[in-house]
Amino acid sequence: MLSVLTDNWELFRDGFWTTLRLFLVAGVLSLILGTVLAGFRVSPVTALRGIGTGYVNTLRNTPLTLVFSFLFFGAAKTQLSLPTFFWAAVAALTFYTSAFICEVVRAGINTISPGQAEAARAVGMTFMQVLTIVVLPQAFRAIVPPLTSVLIALLKNTTIAAGFSVLEAGAIPAAMAERGENQMLTLVWITIGFLILITPLVFLQRWAERRTAVA
Amino acid sequence: MSAVLYDVPGPRARLRNRILNVVVIVAVVAVVIWLVLRLNDNGQFAARRWAQFEYKAIQKELLTGLLNTLRAAGAATVLALIFGAVFAAARISDHKWVRVPATLVVELFRAIPLLILMFFFYYGSLQYHLGLTPFHAVVFGLTLYNGSVLAEIFRAGISAVPKGQREAAYAMGLRKNQVVRLILLPQAVRAMLPAIVSQLVVLLKDTALGFIITYNELLYVAKQMGGRLEFGFPYIPTYMVVAVIYIGLCSLLSLLARYLEARTRRNRKIAPGTTVTAAPLDDGGAA
Amino acid sequence: MRMRNLVATLGVAALALTVGACGKDDSPTAGGGGSTTGSCGDLHKFTVASGADVTGSPTFTKMKARGHAVVGVKADQPNLGYKDANGKRCGFDIEIARMVSAQLGLDPDKIEYQEIPSANRETAIGGGQIDYYVGTYSITDKRKKLVSFAGPYFVAGQDLLVRKSDTSMDAGKTALKGKKVCSATGSTPIQRVKDEQLTEASNISEFKTYSECVSQLLDNKTDAVTTDDAILKGYAANAPDELRVVGKPFSTEKYGIGLPLTDKALRDKVNAGLESSFTDGTWKALYDETLGKSGAAATPPSLEKY
Repeated sequence: MLSVLTDNWELFRDGFWTTLRLFLVAGVLSLILGTVLAGFRVSPVTALRGIGTGYVNTLRNTPLTLVFSFLFFGAAKTQLSLPTFFWAAVAALTFYTSAFICEVVRAGINTISPGQAEAARAVGMTFMQVLTIVVLPQAFRAIVPPLTSVLIALLKNTTIAAGFSVLEAGAIPAAMAERGENQMLTLVWITIGFLILITPLVFLQRWAERRTAVA
Repeated sequence: MSAVLYDVPGPRARLRNRILNVVVIVAVVAVVIWLVLRLNDNGQFAARRWAQFEYKAIQKELLTGLLNTLRAAGAATVLALIFGAVFAAARISDHKWVRVPATLVVELFRAIPLLILMFFFYYGSLQYHLGLTPFHAVVFGLTLYNGSVLAEIFRAGISAVPKGQREAAYAMGLRKNQVVRLILLPQAVRAMLPAIVSQLVVLLKDTALGFIITYNELLYVAKQMGGRLEFGFPYIPTYMVVAVIYIGLCSLLSLLARYLEARTRRNRKIAPGTTVTAAPLDDGGAA
Repeated sequence: MRMRNLVATLGVAALALTVGACGKDDSPTAGGGGSTTGSCGDLHKFTVASGADVTGSPTFTKMKARGHAVVGVKADQPNLGYKDANGKRCGFDIEIARMVSAQLGLDPDKIEYQEIPSANRETAIGGGQIDYYVGTYSITDKRKKLVSFAGPYFVAGQDLLVRKSDTSMDAGKTALKGKKVCSATGSTPIQRVKDEQLTEASNISEFKTYSECVSQLLDNKTDAVTTDDAILKGYAANAPDELRVVGKPFSTEKYGIGLPLTDKALRDKVNAGLESSFTDGTWKALYDETLGKSGAAATPPSLEKY
């Protein structure tokens, strides 16, 4: 059981390291893009709201594998593609995840009591100031639990990149099959790896839930 | 709701918004035109790349793929709802020996990537000769993951019913079983429906992972069509068509979710001010 | 009310699908007949052996009871294992699969094909998802521990597929250093590139199928696709203005028929069938009808019984 892991340690190590990198880079990028999109969706400019809504409805209703397929086999045909497959995978994960983050942030913005924004406007703040100085900082606290759910999903979603020439944790089973190793034990070890990665996120979520419950 | 963030625009703000509107629309149209031209330059709209859709055999394959997608989604929906109900019931049980294992199971299956879950069934069946087909692997994988999420939705929905309801029911001498079945569930279900339907959208989308374990669903057919060199690798045309189908299907479900949500809001008879909507666990789908 | 609209929309959509399901029965090939590209032509006619029996073969018993064979194949390799837009399959591998079925007394037209990507082959054979596998499956010592092989029925060599104008890799495998190379996950060629370090690890890309690699090649995302020349020639024949095969094979790939590891009886039976096809001219006929169209003449290999 243990030898499956130790004999192929470099495979597991490299795989999970790539998974982690995919997760971190795509996570940060989708937080940024998702927040910007949420800003679009609550902005006074109708066209921006339209973009936000259209983006979210399209991406949320498209399977992630299809988003990947578009970026890997479609985008290349328009010379629009990214330098490496890793970055193409990051782009696919970011486009997909930001739609969910947008919705979470928007829901968070809606939880802020109108008085806050009204008071901010009363002291003469512009829309951007109201959003970035008053509303978002408060909203972010309330949205940590659902946001963590989205990030956990992102972490698990990185496995799809295995089908697209990115050697992350999801690609380990195929490599192990090549080596003639026991598939089930491989899968057990991958599961354990994901449990280790996800546990801190779950605790963060629990902690944030308790904090907001008290507040 | 969003109007909270800005005042009713005055004449100058209106002008500015109008200008911004025009700028944004022009920018979007420009990008779209540029993309279409780009694709056109690459011959992506050439008849040869779209010719496959005219073949009877291809149409049949697409239809079969679509039906297989729906079949897997349908079976997994039923099983996941049952799984969710059973484990939600176990998680609110008074007995620790029921509650703790149920919690562990739910947390475990929520933590494993769906693709890995499917691999477990696919490789497991082949290694131990369990006789499961790729269809089973897809359905069971979807069931375990989505069932666990649904269990959480059910549990959250039940615990979101105001405490007074439960206390009053107990005070009248109802047993736990009766309290849950007669008092809590009917109130919770209505509040949970939108979250449930959003989760089912996730489930439907995740059937697309089936192609990785050789399940013959819609994306599988699309990949095969895109991979035909004689038609110039028509990946873009094929994926566009398939994306429209997926978005259409999921949007129908999402519309249903919104309709249910609106109905819930209209029919709310519970004391105003209490939020009964179960926290949507719509977490971006798994895999 | 709105619910009813939803149902109506669904109904219309379903109707549109049924009405829309009309189209061409046959291919509108622009180039006319005789080309190596495009749709599949007629398949070879085999006489189904009567009263065939393989004592002591659980796989055969299963096939016999079912009434047809379940065969693992590839679907994206022109002239080898290919499925055209009419849903018809053709190619040398397909013909071999049909021949084996006929020799086992099972109607080759009733074969149930399953497309199994390279990475899943051993599990699919070992687990009984398929009865046998015919799809450019190289016989290797490592695989012999997991499955059993009948054959070889063909010998190919690893080669490179490049963009037509690119002459930088004409020296063959030694010129691969610093070049981006693509092949299918779980295939022997990619393993060789890794083992012999023909190029840097970061330059290797892997996809599920070779056609995905060829697509990347045409889009300049990779510089070469490497696998057996027989496969590559099929692609080059389909896009002669854009692709070509370098033509400096650097390995010997013996294609075998993958069978369950323990089913020795079936392996002997299939080997006997292959042997007779080598001598009675069937093999040559099959070759000329398929692979022979994009390459030179060939002679049957010699069987390796073990």
